[in-house]
Amino acid sequence: MTTGDGAPSSSRVFVVRRDQDIYIHTLRKLFNESHGIFMGLQRSEEELAGKSRKAQLVQVSKNYRSVIRACMEDMHQAAALKLGPAFLQVSILSAMELIWNLCEILFVEAATAGPLLLRLLDWVRLHVCDVDSMVREVLSSESPSKHKLFWNVVDVFVLQGRMDEARHLLSKEASANPASMNMYKILDDLMKKMPVPSLGNTQTLTELELKWQHWHEECQRYLQDGTFASNPHMESICKILLGDEDAILEKKELMTTWYHFLVTRLLYSHPTVKPMELRFYAQSSMDLFLGGESSPEPLDLILMAAFEFEMHQVIKECSIVLSNWWFVAHLTDLLDHCKLLQSHNLYFGSNMREFLLLEYASGLFSHHSLWQLGVDYFDHCPQFGRVYLELHIERVPLSTEQKALKVLRICEQRQMHEQVRSICKIMAMKALRNNRLGSALSWSIRAKDAAFATLISDRFLKDYCEKGCFSDLDLIDNLGPSMLLSDRLTFLGKYREFHRLYGEKRFAEAARLLLTLMTAHIAPCSFWMTLLTDALPLLEQKEVIFSAEQTYELMRCLEDLTAGNPDKQKFQDDDVETTKVEMLRLALARNLARVIVKEGTVEGS
Amino acid sequence: MEDVSAKFVSQKISRTRWRPLPAAALQPPDVFATGSWDNEDNRISIWSAGDLGNAGLNGEYHGEPHLLCDIQHNGDVMDMQFLDQERIVVASSTGTVTIFRHHQNNQTLSADHRWAKAHYHVDQDTSCGGAACTGVVCNNPEIVTVGEDGRINLFRADQKDAVRTIDNADSSTLHAVTFLRTTEILTVNSIGQLKIWDLRQQRNEPSQIFSLAGDRVPLHCVDRHPNQQHIVATGGQDGMLSIWDIRQGTMPVSLLNAHEAEMWEVHFHPSDPDHLFTCSEDGSLWHWDTSTNVSEKPSFLHQGGRSTAYLSHSTMNQSVVSAWLSNDPTKDRMEITNLIPNQTLSVNSLDVLGPCLVYGTDAEAIYVNRQLFA
Repeated sequence: MTTGDGAPSSSRVFVVRRDQDIYIHTLRKLFNESHGIFMGLQRSEEELAGKSRKAQLVQVSKNYRSVIRACMEDMHQAAALKLGPAFLQVSILSAMELIWNLCEILFVEAATAGPLLLRLLDWVRLHVCDVDSMVREVLSSESPSKHKLFWNVVDVFVLQGRMDEARHLLSKEASANPASMNMYKILDDLMKKMPVPSLGNTQTLTELELKWQHWHEECQRYLQDGTFASNPHMESICKILLGDEDAILEKKELMTTWYHFLVTRLLYSHPTVKPMELRFYAQSSMDLFLGGESSPEPLDLILMAAFEFEMHQVIKECSIVLSNWWFVAHLTDLLDHCKLLQSHNLYFGSNMREFLLLEYASGLFSHHSLWQLGVDYFDHCPQFGRVYLELHIERVPLSTEQKALKVLRICEQRQMHEQVRSICKIMAMKALRNNRLGSALSWSIRAKDAAFATLISDRFLKDYCEKGCFSDLDLIDNLGPSMLLSDRLTFLGKYREFHRLYGEKRFAEAARLLLTLMTAHIAPCSFWMTLLTDALPLLEQKEVIFSAEQTYELMRCLEDLTAGNPDKQKFQDDDVETTKVEMLRLALARNLARVIVKEGTVEGS
Repeated sequence: MEDVSAKFVSQKISRTRWRPLPAAALQPPDVFATGSWDNEDNRISIWSAGDLGNAGLNGEYHGEPHLLCDIQHNGDVMDMQFLDQERIVVASSTGTVTIFRHHQNNQTLSADHRWAKAHYHVDQDTSCGGAACTGVVCNNPEIVTVGEDGRINLFRADQKDAVRTIDNADSSTLHAVTFLRTTEILTVNSIGQLKIWDLRQQRNEPSQIFSLAGDRVPLHCVDRHPNQQHIVATGGQDGMLSIWDIRQGTMPVSLLNAHEAEMWEVHFHPSDPDHLFTCSEDGSLWHWDTSTNVSEKPSFLHQGGRSTAYLSHSTMNQSVVSAWLSNDPTKDRMEITNLIPNQTLSVNSLDVLGPCLVYGTDAEAIYVNRQLFA
């Protein structure tokens, strides 16, 4: 890796090995803004056909480019404060914008012969800025025509086809130097009359070619007549106007790049160049310009591939050279929307656009914060996007409940039920470990996880057995319809209701509820003893609460309970347990006696 | 939409808050604070909204927000509120509550006071025991915080330790808190309950519990009507906006189907409470307008400045009372507008003051609208 002179528009592309790009602060804006543009593109009207669709796509391309430029501006400002990788980044971004702009002209807009040249001229003017400072210096000096770089600046204007500005400067020279007034007038006239393609439909290509041919001959005549012989500067300008390659090549330092040379050549020798002819001129321009002294850089090869309309080659070269998938992913997606990429199937089945988007989004997921953008990209990869998303989303660390909620919402919106269950389980377990039973329950309700709800209810019941009272009454008293999520939970709710009814002295209802709990089999077997023990105070009341039917039921439950465990040593040896059973039997018998009498008695009027 | 200025800030914004204006101020608010989340290096930032020097023809302010100062913050910024003109209280996902001071002479921020481990699970001393502090509300000098540990803390700005702590106030996560009266607070939790706590009483029980009728959908945000203290609005996980009258019943007065995903914040406009704003995970921000007979209002009432608020309150007293509590949506016309044309990622936070609205999104951008009622 060579360190350049740090000039922002250096035409070198540096190969950076480690992907640190996503962590650069200023680049985050690029990722976020381009995500917005990407989503807009995916959602845009497919029904628009022809010109309006093309205009829409060109606008999208321009939006992407303005985002790159904004990022470059920020980086430039950041670079002013501290050196280091910022310079590198600025030049990489500049190269990206250069390539993108060319692709926009050639592929997205698909400029035809005529407008093509105008677009290319704009492109060169925008991107070759090494000469800007020199231009500013000359223009702002008191008498520009006396400046030593004066003719350089005039040459720059001519090479870039900026005729008006060149003529303006020349007029200053003419007024300072009346002797050359005659030459100046002729040159000025030639420059004014030069035919250029127009954007509107005011002239056809044939008309333009005819006019241009005429004008070219006129220039030729003036040159051969020796009109400019006394002023070498003006003579070289005239030669440039005639498209003399050697004359143009002499100004190599002012053009700085072979593609500038290419466009200048085209301007002055083939202004009606067709897109398909570009490749020949491009190749020869590069050869002439580099002249065997230096070999082409990666950027040069990419641009050459673009001029040759080899889209896949462009994408491939960019992928190799750039350290981050951002550029190729978005560019390919745009080209795909322009319906320009054939389904170039890669050997593992997905197409190039999808492959690049998957790679880019996977890179985003490795970032602690940008993973949210990656989700939308996966959504728009029809073949493998969902699978990738399922695998990646599970690995996002859930540091707070709010983050977990966001991840959960993403999964729910895409019906990823497995992931929803798994996330809710993780959060519920965390809550349970921290003794936040209410939170744990709210997570199980979200996942409709009956098994976990049962687990939580068992925890509550265990707490009750140990402490003799319920914890978190605000939760149990207010379960509402979520009670139905699991049998155990329903039991918990109803059991608490029983306690409440008892506390409010509504004994008949309490009794009925208690019985339902046992006979409907929603009470776990381990709890039956507790329930029966709870029945004791009701049996012992002065007033008879349980009816005969109910008492028989209770007795049956008790017998079921004791009969079911004949071999259980603990059950028989435990004095407390045996006493309890005895007491229950006694109470039930007494109650039965009283209730038979009561029910058998004829009520008085 | 031209009045909205956007700025991409390279950090996901979890909270935005306008700095409160001094009592007699006439100009609209100019400075706001933001907090970020999900970064390795989270920051509290103070911004100036647009360049005051670039006043346009009609006195409109152009230009995007620019950063005045910022400071590093440990953990995600979960909630934030200005204590006074210079100090801001911030709740962190590490369970810490910090007061930052904004020094306006040299535009810097510094940490003034910190209550570390204000919220924790199980054991305060274990390093990983911190629980996120999810909500903070201030009434200078009192500060109340709530968290994922179900705890409520009452701090005073000048005291080192908590004045009062209610442990295990809730068995689930408390998501938000706001003042009902100076001695009463409202909390909402993740099992769909709205609770009133009377801080004068020593017992650790809520004085009243309200809950939704159907499924216990978690509630994420709460706000009280600025003038009529019995009207409360809450937003739920299913995007539902509920309006409660806490004088009567334990269930909401009206349920309005709003967003398609979690509603993160709900705010009554402080000086013009006929207007309510909500923002959500689904990327939309809704403006709810119950001011009836819009066309009959004199034109100057359309500006949402402080001076006009008194007028609207006194002349339209009757309609204001019934507007939010009306059970008949056809009787009082309510206009609902989505203020975001191209929604993508979640709008996490919003704040309104005067004619200005600021909101922040997960797309790492902040938006300022300084002509809300134009």
